[in-house]
Parts: sequence; C-alpha cells; structure tokens
Amino acid sequence: MPWRLLRFVTSGKHPEPQMFTHHDGLKKVYDAVIIGAGGHGLAAAYYLARDHGMTNVCVLEKGYIGGGNTGRNTTIIRSNYITPEGVQFYDTSVKLWQDLSQDFDLNLFYATRGHYTLAHTDAALRTMRWRAEVNKHCGVESEVVGPEELRREIPMMDMSCGGHAPIIGALYHAPGAIARHDAVAWGYGRGADQRGVQIHQQTEVLGIEVTAGRVSGVRTSRGFIATSKVLCAVAGSTPRILDMIGVRSPIYIHPLQAMVSEPMKPWLDPILVSGSLHVYISQSARGELVLGASLDPYELHSTRSTLDFTEGLAAHMLELFPFLSHVKIVRQWAGMADMTPDFAPIMGKTPIEGFYLDAGWGTWGFKATPVSGKTMAHTMVTDTPHPLITGFSLDRFRNYALTGEKGAASVGH
Amino acid sequence: MSNNHRLPRLPGEWIDRAHSIEFEFEGKHFQGFAGDTISSALWASGQRVLGRSFKYHRPRGIFSLANHDVNGMMQWGQKLNVRADVTLLEMGMQLSAVNTFGGLNKDPAKVLNHLSRFLPVGFYYKAFHGKRLFPRWERVFRTLAGLGKVNLSTPRLLTPKDYAFCAVLIVGAGPSGLAAALAAADQGADVVIVDENAQAGGSGGYQIGGELAKREATEALLVRVIAHPRIRLLTGIYAAGYYTDHWIALVDDKKMTKLRAEAVVIAAGSFEQPAVFRNNDLPGVVLGSAAQRLIYRYAVRPMQRAVVLCANADGYRVALDLIVHGVMVAAIVDLRAHHQPCDAEVELAAKGVEMHTGTCIVEALPTPGCSGVAGARIAAFANGVADAATARDIPCDGIVMSVGWAPAANLLYQAGTHMRYDDLVEQFVPDALPPGVFACGRVNGVYDFKARLLDGERAGSAAAAHVGFGEKRSVSVPVELESSSFPWPIVAHPQGKNFVDFDEDLQLKDFENAVQEGFDNIELLKRFTTNGMGPSQGKHSNMNALRILARLVDKHPREVGTTTARPFFHPVPMALLAGRGFHPVRRTPMHLRHAAMGAYFMSAGDWQRPEYYARQHKDRLECIREEVDMVRHGVGIIDVGTLGKLEIIGPQAAEFLERVYVSRYANLKIGMTRYAVMCDETGVVVDDGVVARLAEDHFYFTTTTSGATAIYRELSRLNTQWQMACGIINHTGAFAAINLAGPQSRKVLARVTTLDLSAAAFPYLAIREGKVAGIPARLMRVGFVGEWGYEIHVPAEDGVALWDALVAAGSPFGIRPFGVEAQRLLRLEKGHVIIGQDTDGLTTPFEAGLGWAVKMDKPFFIGQRSLQIVDKQPQRQRLVGFRLDQAHGGPAPQECHLVIHDGAISGRITSIGWSHILCAYIGLAMVTPELAKPDQTFEIRITDGSLVVARVTPTPFYDPEQRQQKEEA
Ligand SMILES: Cc1cc2nc3c(=O)[nH]c(=O)nc-3n(C[C@H](O)[C@H](O)[C@H](O)COP(=O)(O)OP(=O)(O)OC[C@H]3O[C@@H](n4cnc5c(N)ncnc54)[C@H](O)[C@@H]3O)c2cc1C
Repeated sequence: MPWRLLRFVTSGKHPEPQMFTHHDGLKKVYDAVIIGAGGHGLAAAYYLARDHGMTNVCVLEKGYIGGGNTGRNTTIIRSNYITPEGVQFYDTSVKLWQDLSQDFDLNLFYATRGHYTLAHTDAALRTMRWRAEVNKHCGVESEVVGPEELRREIPMMDMSCGGHAPIIGALYHAPGAIARHDAVAWGYGRGADQRGVQIHQQTEVLGIEVTAGRVSGVRTSRGFIATSKVLCAVAGSTPRILDMIGVRSPIYIHPLQAMVSEPMKPWLDPILVSGSLHVYISQSARGELVLGASLDPYELHSTRSTLDFTEGLAAHMLELFPFLSHVKIVRQWAGMADMTPDFAPIMGKTPIEGFYLDAGWGTWGFKATPVSGKTMAHTMVTDTPHPLITGFSLDRFRNYALTGEKGAASVGH
Repeated sequence: MSNNHRLPRLPGEWIDRAHSIEFEFEGKHFQGFAGDTISSALWASGQRVLGRSFKYHRPRGIFSLANHDVNGMMQWGQKLNVRADVTLLEMGMQLSAVNTFGGLNKDPAKVLNHLSRFLPVGFYYKAFHGKRLFPRWERVFRTLAGLGKVNLSTPRLLTPKDYAFCAVLIVGAGPSGLAAALAAADQGADVVIVDENAQAGGSGGYQIGGELAKREATEALLVRVIAHPRIRLLTGIYAAGYYTDHWIALVDDKKMTKLRAEAVVIAAGSFEQPAVFRNNDLPGVVLGSAAQRLIYRYAVRPMQRAVVLCANADGYRVALDLIVHGVMVAAIVDLRAHHQPCDAEVELAAKGVEMHTGTCIVEALPTPGCSGVAGARIAAFANGVADAATARDIPCDGIVMSVGWAPAANLLYQAGTHMRYDDLVEQFVPDALPPGVFACGRVNGVYDFKARLLDGERAGSAAAAHVGFGEKRSVSVPVELESSSFPWPIVAHPQGKNFVDFDEDLQLKDFENAVQEGFDNIELLKRFTTNGMGPSQGKHSNMNALRILARLVDKHPREVGTTTARPFFHPVPMALLAGRGFHPVRRTPMHLRHAAMGAYFMSAGDWQRPEYYARQHKDRLECIREEVDMVRHGVGIIDVGTLGKLEIIGPQAAEFLERVYVSRYANLKIGMTRYAVMCDETGVVVDDGVVARLAEDHFYFTTTTSGATAIYRELSRLNTQWQMACGIINHTGAFAAINLAGPQSRKVLARVTTLDLSAAAFPYLAIREGKVAGIPARLMRVGFVGEWGYEIHVPAEDGVALWDALVAAGSPFGIRPFGVEAQRLLRLEKGHVIIGQDTDGLTTPFEAGLGWAVKMDKPFFIGQRSLQIVDKQPQRQRLVGFRLDQAHGGPAPQECHLVIHDGAISGRITSIGWSHILCAYIGLAMVTPELAKPDQTFEIRITDGSLVVARVTPTPFYDPEQRQQKEEA
C-alpha cells in the first residue's frame, strides 16, 4: 500500500483541499473567456495559466464540469491516424497523456493496453497498411498483424466471427490506452483553478458581443462579461454558439451512443475495434466492459438512447466473443458528436477576431484533450495557429484542403 | 440443513412445498422449495451471509429481497452476477458468492474492511500513479474489482425476440397498476400489464400490516384482471427501458419482447430506502418490505427477535406482521419526534410493545465474527443528530427498517418526465408528463391504499381516453395525510461504516469528504463517489445521497435535483439484446453453378462472389492466371449480377442523370451507353457505372456493387427533393448480369442469339435488346477487362438458364468462368480505376484521371461548384500507372505502401499486380504532381523499410490502342 494513503489515517479531518474554488459571482472583465468546461476548455485554461501566465481567465459551463462528451466518452486514446498531420497531432497528445497523472498528482488511470483494429476484408486491411505505413513514417508504433498473432494475443476471440466475417488481420498499435474520463476534467480543472482561473458552473453563454468584427464580450445567464478573447470549446453545442456570431461551419451533429456491462473479473487487456462490425470494446479497471459502435445514422441534437443500438452492438460483440452471452448490460447513454466532413477537427482562428474555435471533435476528441488545450492556449496568446493545428483550420473547407481522416476515425474513435 | 426458519403454511405463499429443491451454495448442501428464490431458500435454512461487499469485502445478507441491492450476487456455472434475491431456485444449482478469494468465509480480502481508513472516497485518484508502478497497481485493482467471472468457453446463446402491440401498457401489477388496467380495459382499450415479480399483486400481496382486507382487495382486482378479455397480464418480465414513441423493451429470462404501446401507465411503485447508521449493512439488517416479502411470499421468518426502526406508519405495520408470524419485537424506534399514531401503532401499544419516538439506531451491534446482528444501539434523535449520551443497547438478531421510499421513476425519467420534489410526501413526483405517459400509485406520490386504487383508475381511464377509448373519468384522489418518507434518516457515527450505497461500499463520510473536495453538485458527487454507479444503479442509494448533499450544501432537495436515470431498469444479458443475430447474405441466381464449378467465394458487402475457381492440383495463383489467359486469348464468363442496376423513366430522366453524374447524357443516342462518374458535393468521386439510353425518356444504368444501396437511396432522396418528372426503379436484385468477354465472345454469343452482332449493327458501347437463348435480354458492348465483350442483363429468374446456355455455347471455345481476382488484374492491365481503392475520401475526378468525363459547362451537377474551385488550384496529387523494374526480385510492394520522396510521404500505391502477360509488376499510384510525369521514377517503401523503384508508365498497360475491345478480330 502506498505511503501516501497514510495521511488519511494520521490526520483527524479529511486531509484533502477543495478541488474547485467557489466564486461569488462573475467578474466584469476577463482577459479571456472559455465556453465549455469539458476536457478541452479546461485544458486550454490550464495551459493558458501554466504555460503562458494568463490567469485572468474564466471557464463558463452551463452544466457541470466534464458533463458533456468528456464524461460520456469511451476513452480510447491512440495516434494511429492516417494523415501525417493527424498522426503528429495525436502523437503529441499521447506523449502529454503519459505524464499527465504526474503533472496533476492525480491518478487518471491512464492505462496503456494496446489497440487492435480488426480487418475482416481486403479493403480494410489495405487501409490498415496505409495507416501503419504513415504511422511508422511519423515515428508512431503501428503494424499490420496477421491471424496467427491475433490468435496468440487474443486467444478467446472467435476469429471466424460466427462464421460470417472471418478476421484476416489487424492493425496493432501498442500505445493505445484508456483513462478515467472524469478525472481528466477534474485534473485540468483543479490545475487551472489552483493557478487562478475561475470556473463557473451552471453558467450558460447566451450571446456573444461582436464589435467591428472583434469579440468584445459574452452574455451569460448570470450577466455580461467584457473580454477580447473567447474560446469556444463546446463540442456538440458548437452550431448553437456559432449561430450567435453568424459564422458558418460544416459541423453537423449526430448522436453517438455507448453502453457498459456489470463488472467482472479481468479477461481482456487490449482495446479492440472492428470497423466492419461497427463495434469496439475495452475492459475498465473496475471490470466493466465499455462497449461502443459507430454514429447514429442521422442528424439529431439529442442525447436520447435507442434500443436498436444495444441490440446491434450486442449481436456483433457476441460474434467476436460468444462467451459474453450471460454478461449483463447495466447502462446505456449518448452524447452529441460534432462531426466534420473529413473527420478531422476544426481548430484555430475564425473570421471574428478574438474568437477561437476548438470543435469538430466528433467521436474522437477525448484523446486530443491535452494537445488541443496546449495548442489552443498557444493560438489564443499569440493570435497565430500553433504549427500542429494548421491542417485543421476552418478555412480548409473553403479552400478544399481537407485533412481526410475518415479512414482512421469512423468507428475507431 | 433444516428448514428451521420456515413458517407454517401461509395462504397465498409462492412456494410449492410439494416440490423440494436441492442445491449447493459455497460447497454446502441446501434445500428449498419450488418458488423460492436463492436468497429466500438460503435464509430459510439459516444462511445469513450471502455475499461479500465490493470494496471492503464485508459480509452481506438479504437487504431488499427485490433486486434493489446486489448483496447476494452469485456465480452459477457459466452464469455470472446472478442476483440471488430474485433468481428462482433450480434443482442442482451450484452457487458461490462472487468476488471472494477462496470462498465466502475465508476470503482473505476481508482485511480490506480494516484498512478502510486508508481507502477513503476516491483514494485511487490520490496514489498509485507512479509511472513505473501504475501498470502493476492496475493489475491489482483489476483483480480486486470486478464481480463474477466470465467462463470463456460459454457458447453463444441464441434467443428469440418477440414483438407486441397494445393500446395501453401498464408497468407494474400492484394495486394501482391493476386498477389502472381495469379502468383502461373497461373503456375499451386493449391492455398489457407487466410485472417483474413471479406473481402479480405487488405490495398488495405482502404489505399486509394486519389488514388482510388490503390483500383481499388486491386479489379481487387480480381476479378481474385475469378474467378481462382485453387485458393480458404478464409476470416475471420487466420493462427494461422506455424509448421514443412508447417503444418498450420487456425482458424475461428467455427473451426480449419489444412492445409498441399507444399509451403507457407507469405504476412501478417505489423502492424502500435504508436508514443510514453504523453497520446498517450487517446480515440481519433488512428493509421492512424485505421482511414482509420473506414472510408472505416465501413463508420464512426473517429473524427471531427484532428491533424495528421506523418513521412512518409502514414501520408499525411491519412490526404487526412480524408479531403475527412469531417474531418477537423487542422495540420499535421511531425517528419522528411527533406524529399521529396510526391504527397499527395503537394495536401494538395495546400489545405492550416497547416504543421510542424521537429515537434512532446509531449502530447495529455485530455478533462475534460480524456475520450477524447481536443488538441495536439506540439513542435520542433530534434535528437529525443522535445524542450519544442517551445510547442504550437492545439485544436482537435482526433490525427491520422502514423509514421511507423513493419512486421507481426510472422509466418516467427515460420518457422525459419532469419531476418535482413534493414537500408533503418528501419525494420526487411527476410534474409534467410527456404526451401518452401516465403515472399512478406510489411512483406518483400516492401511498394510502384506497387512494392508490383511485389513482390507478384515474390514470387508466386517462390513458384509454388518450388513445381514443371512452371519456377520461374524473376521479378525485385524496391527498396524502402524512409523508411515508422521513427527510433525514441518517445518523452520523465517528467510526463510520454507515453505508449509503451498498454496491459501492460508500459511507456517510465519503459524501462529506467528496463535497469538501468540491464535488458539490449531484452529478459530480455521483461521479466522484460512484454512488449509484454499481449494478443496482442507485435504487437504494440515490435518495439518501441527495438528502446528504442537500444538507451539506445547505440546499433544499428540490434545488439539488436528481441524476438522469438511463436504461436499463435492471441489467439485460447481452444474449437477450442480441437475439439470434441474423446475417443476410446475398447470392446471385447462379450461386450454385459457381459452387459446382469450384468457386472460392469472397464477400463483397452482403454479396458472395467467386474470387476464383479452384482447379485440381493448381494453386490459387495458377487458377487466376489461367482465368486471365482465357479472357485474353479465348473467352471467359463472369457473373456481374452484384452491380447496382437502376432504371430511370420520365420526361426529365436525362436531366436528372445530368445532375447526378458529371458527364452529359442529354445528347446520348438511343441505343448507346456512356461511362458515368458520380461525385459528392465536395467534388469527390463516389461511384461509377454505365448509363444506357433505351428511349428518349428511358435509361438503364449501373452502379458499383458496394455503392448500389447507398446510391439508390441518395438518388431517391434527390428525386424527392428536386421533384423532377421521372421515377427511379431499383432492379439490383431483380436482374442477373453476365459479362461474356474475350476474342471469341462474339462467336459464342452468336450461337445463342439471332441479334445482328456485326460491329456495324452492334458497335462498341451500344446497347441492344433482344433474345439470348430465348431469354429477353439487354446486351451492352462494354467491358471492364478490355476485350471484346458483352454485358448481358436478364431477369433474375432466367440467370441460370442464360449462364448454362452461354457455358454450353462456349464449350467448343474452351470457355471458362473467371472470378473477381482475375477481373481485378485484367482491369489493372487496362488501367481502369476501382472507385474506393484507387480513389479515397478526398479524390476528385481530375486527380483520378477521369477529368475527361467531367463536363464543367453543364448548368449543374453535384460537385460542380466544388470542382470549379478545385480546378483553379494547383493539383495536389494524381493517379498514375507505374511499372517496377523488370529486374525487381525482392518482395513486391503491396497496396497502400507509401511513395517516399526526399524523405517525405509523396503518395501511395493504390493497386498493384503481377501481369504475366506483360511480364512485369504493374500498378496505379496516387502521387504528388512532380512524381507524375511520364517516365519519372519514384520510390516505394515496403514493409521491411527498403525502397523499391517504380517508373511512371502510361495506361492502359495492355493494348494501349484499345484494339481488342473495339475492332473486329
Ligand atoms: C459515446 C461517446 C464515445 C466517445 N468515445 C471516444 C473515444 O473513445 N475516444 C475519443 O478520443 N473520443 C471519444 N468521444 C469523443 C469525445 O468525447 C469528445 O470529442 C470530447 O470529449 C470533446 O470534449 P470537449 O471538451 O470539447 O467537449 P465536452 O466535454 O462536450 O464539453 C463541452 C461543454 O460545453 C458546455 N456548453 C455547451 N454549450 C454551452 C453554453 N452555451 N454555455 C456554457 N457551456 C456550454 C457543455 O455543457 C459541455 O460541458 C466519444 C464521444 C461519445 C459521445
């Protein structure tokens, strides 16, 4: 047992300080306002304060810390994308992740488990080879593995997939990891709070003042704030905020669902994804199976659950692992995924000066939490996009310079 | 063991004493009766410890006996996490408690109970994250956490699924639900009423409290319900989730039934809530309702000598039930300082039972070994605080608590109901119900028995009226006179172990600490403490957590609010969700012919297609090579029936095609075909095919196999949107298609048709309608493989006859079938692209070398605007043909290997193959423009990291003048 736990016994009172300070009200002016206390907003606040000494900053959250997609996601962290821009960006994130628990002095349960994307068809295997080659080129561990290796590493898996979609290979990505999502938001939140950033929960942004093409303030459910820099990091609510300033984006919202089983003793270490079956699975430290699938097929601004999602997901999962027949699903939920046409995010400046956008995180943004925070903080302070995010600008849709990640991000998250 | 706790036979008991059932628990032999649950049988046999808790491995026994806690969670062979409280006993069961190490009694992990002070709420966030050691700690956590074990050899369980419909669904067959069912059915609605219990009646069957009249009234309702022609009563089935438009998942132990109702009445009752005091989790501390279930359902005496903790009339009624069934009630302890005595209380007083008001239990005193209750320590209780100075101990072997309820509102939440906290009943009640959703009984805050029946009647009548049966009756439901729920049933203790959430071993101080750390709203508190996140999903813990939070932050429970209740109500096995799992596989009409000819099948989407035809003593590559040779030098035949086959008819058919494809079709001559490329709005190539004009207003066209479904859907969508004067018909499954290709193909065809096949009468790219082997057919002189050939489309039912006729006609020429692999190579030799392989999600027609097909001067086509913009930009990449050096001897590059130029990624191989005819590796690559110049060389990096040189080569590689397919041989 670690010594650090001794303090809970030796001290009479619970020896833990408050993670988030209570503030009586909003200040009239902030140097920067961040909309959305999800992982991304909080990470940006943290790096603004830590790396750039900018602390007169507030984070406004209409609900509670981490209550958006951050607290709903299935926490797959990986960098085996298909474009060099994507691979470098997510690889930077993975490296930040690996030190994050230490940075925060908070255990994020960052667990490197390895990540397999299964191929059931030639075409899938071809895309995996492409990814493996681009990854290796960028110094990221990725390789195409054959059925023998899969049989060795995941011996309990039915390689014939119930006889109808035999597995012919996989993309293996050793750094693939999972983490405890809520703790990530708390870690960034606490770190920002300790450095003077104000986090205001239950504070909704209702409007944004723009004067002569520049941001001048934010209207909230608790009053007006003057500021010259606003970061919008609201994932599924992005279209609503952009409507406030009349900026168009190609973001469209689809629900993304997930479900979790009752806890059971560990039997599965790696994270497994099957693009053809549209399913993925990992086992959490608590022993629950965390199960997900691809997007709901239609646009909808809602976090309702559907029954057919659980039916399809269970059916496909039992093809891979028939022995889960008796395992029970306790809970299902949904988030609103802010999708982009090329499955890459939208980051950086916008036509409104002082208004910065961090959006288009769709089904894949959790893993980017550290790097997006870091690069957006840089972008806000210098008013120039961080070199890692130039491929993700809003302009790219106007300029037909897309960053095509569909091949690596559709089911894999 | 003897049934020493079994009561004499009781009327209405659920057990069948004629059928005794033998089973094993933790290696020991037990006996129960049919109708027993695992827990009731064990309890009857004196087994108090049913399991160990999740975190501290504390012994646990019956608590709710209703699946509102998971104290008794068991492994039963391949079944894991079996809920003993509600699982019917079966002969020969071999059970053990989950999550123990070496058995229930030994379990060395129980030491964690003594270490609990080291392990406060969220302790795992505060340590163990040293980079080097975390993986090891994670192992430890994973081993300690988790409940049951999956048996990796469990076979896939295939279960049926059922579908049902009704006008009014009633969830819960207790008194209010039964009343609602009758009211709705009497008004003419067809009603389904479901209950998760093995028998209907709900609390009316066991919350007797000395008033048998309640049970009689419930039974009378039940008799009417069963007899009612419009009511279907289903028991042993639970509503697992409510989904949009009254779509309900009903789950029993064999299957899932999906029911669509026109209206839903939630009469799900309420969950009895624990009082929080030290050791409130000891085996022997039970909810009042659990004691009553034990008695009236299973005829089991819950204990010998009880202390009853209460804060409402229900508690006194339980005490009466206990006394009636031979339990000595040592004392009744009422948390309330003042109250109006109820009838039961008066009766108990007359019996001389010791009673204390304004008093609480501060601690359940454990027996040595902590596996049971030895006594209750009580103390004066005022303003939510116990006065330790007044503490005194009352010996007993069981504590029964009845201090309040929480609505079973899960489905109401899922349906989108807005709930409000009602100060009178001290619980959340529906405030605004969505259309077609109704609530009655306890979930609606109505507790008085008679009032519940009226409330049921009201809701049932309203639901029936909502769906058009009868008039909504006005029924006035009397308001509750007192609350059944105590606002603060929580007693602090310096030594803790006063549990709020039993699944997660959360104690009162965990909440205090969490709030101190800033997790001070209900959602954050839940996530940090994990309250309500265990298998019972907060049924016994959410309400107390909310009360604790409200007090800690000095707010009203109303302001604190609840967390969202998501499906499922109770967990659902994956097998039941999955059902049988159907996999539609599509076969072309000639499938059996292919099989007979030795086809090795591959899947192409849903379709099965011959990859190649196996031959004796020949390997795959040899077979493919022979197939290729036959097409190049003789004649081959391939089934292309998987292509999308569409027809468009109407005055604006040509205009429609001009809008959706990049080329021009208005000027296509009748009887001719033209290649067709489709883009999306961003100008990216998404599909290709061939468009044939049959008449001025009539076209027949094909799509790729993989695109067929999506393209038809998209075209239908566009046609709906544009409202053009044309209609689209999908013939994909209705037509068979065969491609006859090779220099001898015309001779073969000539043997089975009277059509004039001369080049003049049936030129390249023409379409003709006529008979082939007596079958009406459409013939197109096109071909992916670059030889003289015909694509022949016939009604699907004639496909086999056509195939047989062509094979017979071709036999003098040595005709052979060829598969997808040979076709891929043949087309590569011709430099034809495969959309989706040689292009990707960003490729424009210009980049793919299909620019010639794009008619930018058309008024409009999908993707045109984007292509206009893209066309002005410098090209980023280009598809080129390449050849490897003849001398290349090492491993060949594979598709998707990268082109590396100056150390940077400059493209990728999209297709590659060995052409034995050209005696070279040939391929297509998407490369940057500077590498796309004729005769330019570039380097491909293969898997082992070495570089292979390729040379840009014009396509087609084979027959560049296109003589083979166009000119008469
Ligand atoms: C089911 C599911 C599974 C997923 N799985 C993965 C995965 O495995 N790996 C991965 O990398 N990604 C995954 N994702 C995606 C990932 O969760 C998100 O991309 C990421 O969490 C986005 O973080 P964020 O901080 O930008 O947004 P959020 O966490 O959604 O935070 C945005 C916040 O903004 C707040 N807000 C919105 N409007 C306003 C307003 N007007 N005023 C104030 N506040 C406002 C919201 O309340 C919210 O808290 C998944 C998503 C879902 C839904």
